[in-house]
Amino acid sequence: MSRFFKAEITGVKLLNADFCILDIKPQGSHDTPLPGQFYMLQSISCYDPLLKRPFSIFRSTDDTLSFLFRIRGKATQILSRLNTGDVIDVIGPLGSSYPEPEGDFVAVAGGVGVASLYNLIEKYKGRAHFFYGAKTKEELVLVDNIRSLSKELTLVTQDCSCGVGGLVTDACADAICVTDSMLKGLHVYACGPNPMLKALNTRLAGKGVNCYVSLEENMACGVGACLGCVVKGINEYKRVCKEGPVFSMDEIQW
Amino acid sequence: MVNLAVNIGGLKLPNPVVTASGTFGYGQEYSEFFDIEKLGAIVVKGLSYSPRQGNPPPRLVETPAGMLNAIGLQNIGVETFIKDKLPYLRTLKLNVIANFFGDSIDEYVMAAEALTKAGGVHGLEMNISCPNKKAGWIVFGTDPAVMKDVVTAVRKATDLPLIVKLSPNVTDIGLMAKVAEDCGADAVSLINTITGMCIDINSRRSKLANVTGGLSGPAIRPIAVRMVWEVHKAVMIPIIGMGGIMTAQDALEFMIAGASAVSVGTANFINPQAVIEIISGMEDYLKEHGIANINEIIGSLKT
Ligand SMILES: Cc1cc2nc3c(=O)[nH]c(=O)nc-3n(C[C@H](O)[C@H](O)[C@H](O)COP(=O)(O)OP(=O)(O)OC[C@H]3O[C@@H](n4cnc5c(N)ncnc54)[C@H](O)[C@@H]3O)c2cc1C
Ligand SMILES: Cc1cc2nc3c(=O)[nH]c(=O)nc-3n(C[C@H](O)[C@H](O)[C@H](O)COP(=O)(O)O)c2cc1C
Ligand code: FES
Repeated sequence: MSRFFKAEITGVKLLNADFCILDIKPQGSHDTPLPGQFYMLQSISCYDPLLKRPFSIFRSTDDTLSFLFRIRGKATQILSRLNTGDVIDVIGPLGSSYPEPEGDFVAVAGGVGVASLYNLIEKYKGRAHFFYGAKTKEELVLVDNIRSLSKELTLVTQDCSCGVGGLVTDACADAICVTDSMLKGLHVYACGPNPMLKALNTRLAGKGVNCYVSLEENMACGVGACLGCVVKGINEYKRVCKEGPVFSMDEIQW
Repeated sequence: MVNLAVNIGGLKLPNPVVTASGTFGYGQEYSEFFDIEKLGAIVVKGLSYSPRQGNPPPRLVETPAGMLNAIGLQNIGVETFIKDKLPYLRTLKLNVIANFFGDSIDEYVMAAEALTKAGGVHGLEMNISCPNKKAGWIVFGTDPAVMKDVVTAVRKATDLPLIVKLSPNVTDIGLMAKVAEDCGADAVSLINTITGMCIDINSRRSKLANVTGGLSGPAIRPIAVRMVWEVHKAVMIPIIGMGGIMTAQDALEFMIAGASAVSVGTANFINPQAVIEIISGMEDYLKEHGIANINEIIGSLKT
């Protein structure tokens, strides 16, 4: 089984102007991804954009891999306009995955960070206390699905247009930091923009929780060869594509 | 059957396609994508005598048909390379070229000596596109006098085929190649990345933490081909050409301009099987044109 393969586009669904779900069907056999792992997707066969882009696995079945992404720049725009039947090059599954939760767990998603956590809560149905935050109500997607897969869902918006007002990290920490004994051994999984993960670390560090974060950096190779995607670990730089994207929170220098 | 074998300053390559330093790790990273014994040679990530941490992130940014990198020569150091990476490479039927650098002449010499003694390294490629700590951080490869001293010192420290990797950030690359040849280099390779910048206009900051970075990929190819042609006119020693090679057609441009071998870098990121496709594409070209030996096309540019 090769982690470099061609895949046919089988579905392109726009959830709104900014969010898109892409379904691809690998040609030939492929490895089953674990929640938290990612794929490098080619957007175009000429040289601009040149590099493949990393996307977390959002859902997978025996013959389909799905990705949920936010349309940001060139590559995501092109991907959102692909047609079914188009064929792209793919590398994956790559990187580390979320360790298996014990019992009920906490998931914290900021914006499109929901993509990688969706895979986790779908695998461990009905066990997640899910905190899902975004700037505005419009940026919260797939809310009904997430609610049905979670034990409990808390929505948080920065502009107070939906659910709790404020930052998702505060909503989460306020809810779970009631007593220290509640926190011991609790599994917390987080994916979102860097400032969000940093804020989460500030609230949870040293409290005995097992917190796992999924990080982002610009990538070129995706396979650990170019050393382009590093983040600062405690003693050394760590490659997001190889040692990550999922890190234990205490491995990272925040 | 066409003959793809070439000779790079005493190093016999089964075909002219090698990997570019820093884009292929130490081989193992790509061994799952194809049989890396099919390579003309592997050129490993640049090594210094002592390990280097490299630059803070972000280290990469994409630019039109290219990318800027400021890895900052992060590497595990010669000793760890010999202990942890070389044993795997020794098990393969594969030419291993160790790319190395230093921030002083002494460091270059120590790295060259250790890599020569290690066994299992078949050639050395010295990266001179890095600054000299003892000489006001002037880049070794941009000043003919500084370059002369370092190449001369390394030449004395090794009997392995020595390839000097030239910087394109110079006015006359032919002159720099001549300096390398006069100091006893067995071959030259070019081009290393071209220094560039990319700015986020909203934050008014560089998109790289290091501010500047090295441009690679298809965007630099025409410059690289021109430089190979200039160097071909200036020296007799063989040339390894590189810079934005994505396909066999691109590789053949370099060989016609005067390169005896080619290095593939950024293309590995886009297509991890690029090198294999380039080798078979070269073979097809030779067959189509009724050429029996690849050496016939080296430097065959008609002017
Ligand atoms: C391991 C990993 C998993 C990811 N999973 C997902 C996912 O499931 N869904 C999703 O929507 N995105 C995900 N991303 C981010 C995604 O890779 C980028 O949004 C994408 O590369 C943007 O490409 P582009 O050409 O459209 O934008 P570009 O033209 O490259 O950039 C446009 C703008 O987007 C921003 N941007 C670019 N790259 C990133 C990045 N890596 N992180 C944050 N902002 C960026 C920059 O500010 C830039 O100005 C992931 C990133 C990593 C590293
Ligand atoms: C991520 C990256 C890391 C590199 N690291 C090194 C290095 O350690 N030593 C070196 O001599 N060249 C290094 N290079 C330069 C390449 O070997 C090559 O000269 C250059 O990228 C041009 O070829 P390309 O356009 O095919 O990539 C690096 C290039 C890239 C993109
Ligand atoms: S993207 Fe190349 S090492 Fe991570």
